[in-house]
Amino acid sequence: MEKIRLTIDNKPVEVSKGTTILQAARKVGIHIPTLCYLGLHDLKIENKPAGCRICVVEVEGRRNLAPACATDCTEGMVVRTHTVRVLNARKTVLELIISDHPFECLTCAKNGSCELQSMAQEFGIREIHYEGEKSTYRPDTSPSIIRELDKCILCRRCEMMCNDVQTVGALSGVNRGFMAVVAPAFEMNLEYSTCTYCGQCVAVCPTGALTEVDHTNKVIRALADPAKTVVVQTAPAVRAALGEAFGLEPGTLVTGKMVAALRQLGFDYVFDTDFAADLTIMEEGTELLGRLSRFLQGDKDVKLPILTSCCPAWVNFFESYFPDMKDIPSTARSPQQMFGAIAKTYFAEKINTRREDMVVVSIMPCLAKKYECQRSEFASDGNPDVDYSISTRELAQLIKQANIDFKSLPDEDFDQPLGESTGAAVIFGTTGGVIEAATRTAYELFTGKTLEKVTFEDMRGLENIKSASVDFDGLEIKIGIAHGLGNARKLLEDIRDGKSQFHAIEIMACPGGCIGGGGQPLHHGDSSILKARQQAIYREDADKPLKKSHENPYIHKLYEEFLGEPLSEKAHHLLHTHYFDKKKKITIR
Amino acid sequence: MSSIKIELKQHQVDQLREVCRSFNNDAGELINVLHKAQSIFGYLPAEVQEVIAEELRVPVAKVYGVVTFYSFFTMIPKGKFPISICTGTACYVRGAEKVLDEFKKELKIEVGQTTADGKFSLSCLRCVGACGLAPVVNIGEKTYGRVAPEGVRDILREYEDA
Repeated sequence: MEKIRLTIDNKPVEVSKGTTILQAARKVGIHIPTLCYLGLHDLKIENKPAGCRICVVEVEGRRNLAPACATDCTEGMVVRTHTVRVLNARKTVLELIISDHPFECLTCAKNGSCELQSMAQEFGIREIHYEGEKSTYRPDTSPSIIRELDKCILCRRCEMMCNDVQTVGALSGVNRGFMAVVAPAFEMNLEYSTCTYCGQCVAVCPTGALTEVDHTNKVIRALADPAKTVVVQTAPAVRAALGEAFGLEPGTLVTGKMVAALRQLGFDYVFDTDFAADLTIMEEGTELLGRLSRFLQGDKDVKLPILTSCCPAWVNFFESYFPDMKDIPSTARSPQQMFGAIAKTYFAEKINTRREDMVVVSIMPCLAKKYECQRSEFASDGNPDVDYSISTRELAQLIKQANIDFKSLPDEDFDQPLGESTGAAVIFGTTGGVIEAATRTAYELFTGKTLEKVTFEDMRGLENIKSASVDFDGLEIKIGIAHGLGNARKLLEDIRDGKSQFHAIEIMACPGGCIGGGGQPLHHGDSSILKARQQAIYREDADKPLKKSHENPYIHKLYEEFLGEPLSEKAHHLLHTHYFDKKKKITIR
Repeated sequence: MSSIKIELKQHQVDQLREVCRSFNNDAGELINVLHKAQSIFGYLPAEVQEVIAEELRVPVAKVYGVVTFYSFFTMIPKGKFPISICTGTACYVRGAEKVLDEFKKELKIEVGQTTADGKFSLSCLRCVGACGLAPVVNIGEKTYGRVAPEGVRDILREYEDA
């Protein structure tokens, strides 16, 4: 690789060809401020429209200022990042952006985590010298996401995520000049678009333009109602990220503290979605083995590969874009919904409570879960299996409001029976985890042998599309894994074209899987945070005494006392679902 | 931008698909496809954009983005009698703006809009090459020269029973 030498603020730097000034500067500890730029390099995600002009620098011999994010280094280049001219330009640009921004910082959902706000603070903006017309857009609320486009700075990060990474295409820049805005087709509400509610637009929005629907007040009210038994479940990825909201290092596992905090908040039963993840493996694994044995017996109609169905944004995606293939995914409900269904039947019976008197709250790294729990098929006589789904960020907010000193909490254990889980369940929180968990169980059920080595390195990491093959006692099982809906689309198109070689495919809508979910503490473009969360998840797995879902004693008990066996009629009724054709139809008379 | 809800007839959908096919269903030809579609339909209603999006395999939000970016494209159908007022230099200095204001007042619409009965639409253009007749107004194929604000009502009266 050709090397290039240059100096940035008098510091010599050597970089390879194709490196931008921004990247070169970061190499020598110079952090040029950015606003529209976003780089998640471990995931090969980058947004650099060079639109905001905050990152401009002075390059000797160049007449105008150069945007550092989109200017490649050249040999002998002399770059200055904080001259008077640069600082003035940046301040002017920032003031112009702010001049069309509502001054609602105190009441904004992003107060304290807004990149525009912290930049104004860093730049010492005390006055806006520009006054003029302000944008006014109609706010838009969907089941998961709120759009307040008055707060949009047109960085286009959301558009990049929605189109390039997720290939959903719900959002696009529309109109021009002062009227320009990022919106769904025909500026309709998000609810009527092809949005999957993956929440990746929210995860990267630098301001309060895109936020989640906040259900914390509903949870607080339920907790305060003495007539209600409030049950909480926590998704695996939450414990690997919640600590960040309290200043702990990314990758700190806070499982025990989280349980203690939930108990202190007043939840009557603190349970674990991981229990339902183990249950998912029992159902989905059995379904996989069923399809596999029919396939081996020569059944031509059997649908392979089987696709996982835990991820609600992924379900929305194939219902919209691949409805012709809706009989390929597993019919197993997601762990969130399995948990709700079991809590309001099996557990409600156990504690002698009517389902109307029980409120099930889920803590999720995800915004699509808010939509999922509102789907009408997941309710019984209008009473939803899961009442409220709140994000990791909302939980952090609740904990802070309840005056709980999170960091000094002791570690506590989940309640039983729906709090017990294996290592297989916790890895559901990261890309590759669901299929690794399924493999651990499917292998043993299929071969009748004990799986000695439970970790599958080929299924781990952050590669866009991973593939692995596992020897099921002479039968080679091929597994595909995709995270990010754009990658999922590739695998689906292969299936449609008859090119897929896989027996089973795991798909998670968010880059990195649930650890990178739209409801997690904001990563602000630092992909090392996602890596640290992933490692934390694998650490928790390694520390668990049980690592295979079918070894969970409470799962055994659940089948013995209530469900019978996997795929039983009762299991079908409570733990499985069906999918809908949601493709947008063109009206033809 | 608001859109008028229409239902496309099967032959119109087929015609649109043919247009897309003539550009090899290439997403890079989106602007050309839209151009052609607008020449057929006179405007680009949402339904037309949806068919094009499906054919070129681009998100309909992207198609809408392009349609709303270029002022040439419109989602509002032109009136039965499209009125174009020249606001080129010569017409402008000879009072085109006052003429335009009079049309707006009489028809109660803005530039780019169509009257509720679908009869008239209003647009501006730059120089029709008849500067000697400035200010010039085109209605359909017919050209009116030396139009004064006071004459606007008389012009519109010509179309009363049309």
